[in-house]
Amino acid sequence: MDLAAITDNIPLYFKGLWVTIQLLVLALACGLVLAVPIAMWATSRNPLIASWPKAFIYFFTGTPLLVQMFILYYGMAQFEAIRESFLWPVFKEAYWCALIAFSLNTAGYTAEILRGAMKQTDFGELDAARSCGMSKGLIYRRIILPSAFRRALPAYGNEVIFMLHGTALAGIITIVDLFGAARIVNSRYFVPFESFVTAAFFYLCLTFLIVWGFKLWEKRWHAHLHPRDA
Amino acid sequence: MTELAAVLDRILIKTLGGVLDGYLYPFILKGMVVTVELALASLAIAIVLGMIGAVAKLSNSRIAKAVAGTYTTLIRGVPGIVLMFIIFFGGQLLVNNIGDLLGWDYIEISEFIAGSATLGFIFGAYMTESFRGGILAVPRGEIEAGYTFGMTAAQVFFRITLPQMVRHALPSFGNNWLVLTKETALVSVIGLQDMVFNASQAGGTTRQPFTFFFVVAVLYLIITAVSKVGLRWADRRYSVGVRRA
Repeated sequence: MDLAAITDNIPLYFKGLWVTIQLLVLALACGLVLAVPIAMWATSRNPLIASWPKAFIYFFTGTPLLVQMFILYYGMAQFEAIRESFLWPVFKEAYWCALIAFSLNTAGYTAEILRGAMKQTDFGELDAARSCGMSKGLIYRRIILPSAFRRALPAYGNEVIFMLHGTALAGIITIVDLFGAARIVNSRYFVPFESFVTAAFFYLCLTFLIVWGFKLWEKRWHAHLHPRDA
Repeated sequence: MTELAAVLDRILIKTLGGVLDGYLYPFILKGMVVTVELALASLAIAIVLGMIGAVAKLSNSRIAKAVAGTYTTLIRGVPGIVLMFIIFFGGQLLVNNIGDLLGWDYIEISEFIAGSATLGFIFGAYMTESFRGGILAVPRGEIEAGYTFGMTAAQVFFRITLPQMVRHALPSFGNNWLVLTKETALVSVIGLQDMVFNASQAGGTTRQPFTFFFVVAVLYLIITAVSKVGLRWADRRYSVGVRRA
């Protein structure tokens, strides 16, 4: 065991931790913003309209995140049009490619979760809303979305953890996140076991934190489902 | 497997023509065979570990419960790629340190064995949860009835619990399988020549990385689609005699 290599590089790990958290939070935020309209679109009764968001969901949930990231990071450079355009500064940077790939990926999974939750809306609630004279937008805002978010919460908690684990792939394309930091330490000192176990420990702590956070959140949002305290 | 690859090749050549510069077959499709083989090997390991884990979690032994609980919590809390690096690089070091003590020659663990062992080890944890749920769904009375007839614990398990738990475990088992096939892409990072690895090679040589990665993405979708057909068949097969609304 060579713990000196780890303790000397703890600041590097914390830098990586910060990048991981940044990537996770930004990807989840962008993903959620994309997922809500995609899910609403996918619940359309018209199969021609619903097929587009469904194709999006199918592609991003059916292919590996690594391949999606490679398509953006290595693949985009293939096209002259992109290399010449204003988009090139974005696709040139590993950070942005990773962030876009993570956002689209989590958007796909989140949209699928939300779509399932929205489909389970009680017909009675919709009838009641319509007979109150609510417009379509108002029904979504007041009836469908709030209850769908509640139903989707446990599955979304799992998705957040999967996304945390997904962000580790950023370390492969030169980004110094937690995993990237571990790779640097390993390549400098050749301590594969110690360096990656340290990263694993950080990820484990983050996972526990997320699980705990979602438990609290569920307690709040599912308070009506809990048995009354005596 | 090779016949399937040849058929796929003919279809793709007809539809895509020379776009892939002759790299698709055998190069990429050979990688696809590796991907599928790796996924199946990992699945076999994961099923064995999952079964042991589920039985341990439901046993009366406090030690078995604790070990299985730690296993599932740790594995499910750490990214697959990090575990893969720990097991692949750390495991290599460990094996050789032990080998040094025993006076063996340098041992090189093949990427395929390391990859399937790692993926199997990871998904064994997820399978543990699926199988545990399946076993719990089997009515307790039927198991007790088995014991009453004088069956041994093994007989009860193979004759009563196992055939019935499959139906309940199938949905989450299928989900795990789909995630597993996608997770195999990670082995390209440790140098196993699966289809992602081959695509990055071909993409680099031909300067068409987008084309090759996109083809690989489509091949993953094909694997997913075929798996879904198989899973639906299994679901029907194991739900015979169950009333459905």
